[in-house]
Amino acid sequence: MKIKFWGVRGSIPVPGPGTVRYGGNTTCIEIRTDDNELIILDGGTGIFPLAQTLLAEMPVTANVFVTHGHWDHIQGLPFFTPIFIPGNRLLLHGAYDFVSGRGVEQVMDAQLQYSFFPIREAEMKATIEYFTLSPGQVVQLKSATVTPVLLSHPVINFGYRIDSHGKSMFFTGDHEPYYNIYDAADESFREYQVLIEEKEQAILDALRGVDVLIADASYTAEEYPAKKGWGHGTHDSCIDLAKKAGAKVLYCTHHEPTRDDNALERAFESVLARHPRRECDPEYRLAREGEEIEI
Amino acid sequence: MTQAPSELTRKISEAVEKMPAFPKSVQKILELTRNINCQPKELVSVIENDPVVTVKILKVLNSAYYNWPNTITSINRSVVYLGINTIKNLALSIAAIGVLPKENKAGLDMHRYLLHSLTVASIAKLLCAKLGAGTDPMDCHIAGLLHDFGKVVFAQFMPGEWAAAMALSQKEAMPLHLAEQSVIGVDHAVVGAILAEKWQFPKALANSIRFHHDGAGGDTAMSACVFAANRIGDRFVLEPGGHAEEELPPAVAARCGGSLAELAASLGDISRIVDEAKLLSRIGADL
Repeated sequence: MKIKFWGVRGSIPVPGPGTVRYGGNTTCIEIRTDDNELIILDGGTGIFPLAQTLLAEMPVTANVFVTHGHWDHIQGLPFFTPIFIPGNRLLLHGAYDFVSGRGVEQVMDAQLQYSFFPIREAEMKATIEYFTLSPGQVVQLKSATVTPVLLSHPVINFGYRIDSHGKSMFFTGDHEPYYNIYDAADESFREYQVLIEEKEQAILDALRGVDVLIADASYTAEEYPAKKGWGHGTHDSCIDLAKKAGAKVLYCTHHEPTRDDNALERAFESVLARHPRRECDPEYRLAREGEEIEI
Repeated sequence: MTQAPSELTRKISEAVEKMPAFPKSVQKILELTRNINCQPKELVSVIENDPVVTVKILKVLNSAYYNWPNTITSINRSVVYLGINTIKNLALSIAAIGVLPKENKAGLDMHRYLLHSLTVASIAKLLCAKLGAGTDPMDCHIAGLLHDFGKVVFAQFMPGEWAAAMALSQKEAMPLHLAEQSVIGVDHAVVGAILAEKWQFPKALANSIRFHHDGAGGDTAMSACVFAANRIGDRFVLEPGGHAEEELPPAVAARCGGSLAELAASLGDISRIVDEAKLLSRIGADL
């Protein structure tokens, strides 16, 4: 299995001299199984440079899995060039949205409105199919299985586990560790805590033993208290998750857009100093646009 | 009668979709959600003390779209699963429907209805926790909160028929559910249970609503808790056509381990529960 990062930035693209090393595009990860089946996790702006490379291998079948509908995870989809060319197939997977009452088709539909984009879906020449998933509903591709896991964000967010030929990876999309909404003295504190622990356990069971964990590490531990409830994790919370799940390698991603490369490296160095790695621990790395890993 | 004609079921389910929530909760939801730093627990408290908002949220979450490992029967669980922002936006869309009118043609006293429901919900939860019969106290809470939901549905959508049932109940000193059966052909307990089933609530929960006037039916810990809680609740907040002083049927007494008086005494001072319910049930600033 090969994994390539095409966008590692959170919230908004930040091109410029300060982000040359880690990249300015928003979330997009390409996965190739050993049979060269194409899986794409999220369609942030990183999907546009990925799309250019695909023009050399048409017809393309792209199995795209969207973690959630926030802009930085879908914004590149209308620019996913293969959708304009006959013979290609885009299979778009994602969650049902309880608030809008709509399935994953709204991810395209909402973006392709006359006022915001010049081309209608009917004019796109590729075959586009939508698959609205339920948590835990395993998608069986030719050479991989993809399992959506409900995580914690201000909108429904699926993390995805991909298993193929004995290798595995998990991407959280955006995820904030659960916290108790009650104070310790409140009557409902204990009840809520039990519910949280149940949910955390279910997530750990879904992640258990993955070769690669790619996780939302938007904030530093120092920044987090001011951002509680915004739906993102910290480098420390990702390390904790990776350890508990027994992941082999952790990639921290969704880098804060205001943090340039130097600041990102400084922040990560101090995280590593706080968490000296023992032999049995996962490896901790920063996700970098353009980096490809093979497991 | 434990079933209703399918046409009536369809009509009632559709009607509930359009049913607005209580004025105080709508006002509070709008107020809390204007503040980006609103405390999640405050919002949860507003939602779970309004039977309409509660059922609407749980109904959406338990719809066929997601295969949850268990039915979601508590607002706290829904917050853990979906996050406070999603629940907040669902609550806002319910608030946008409008407010239940403070007076209805059927003459149902909404304040009294809410007070009784909140009292029974708290007592049922307490009883369940004391019995420790392997039933989730939160399921008993929700069953208590919704046990009379059929009354609001009748009052909202069949006001003429329900007013006639109320009149019959008063004239003949007949329990209300029997008068409803006589006039409408089905009683509020059955309607509540049918809705609960339609919303994919667990069978035992729906049955505890169905049998809250029938002590012989649905012999489960949850049914017994809701049945007994309704009787104990009637002692404090007697619903018109209720039955405050009747003894518990033997099956319920056996499940709960005592007579009505013994059970009420075992719970200690319930006045705190009633006071809290009084505070929460003041349904609008002008009431």
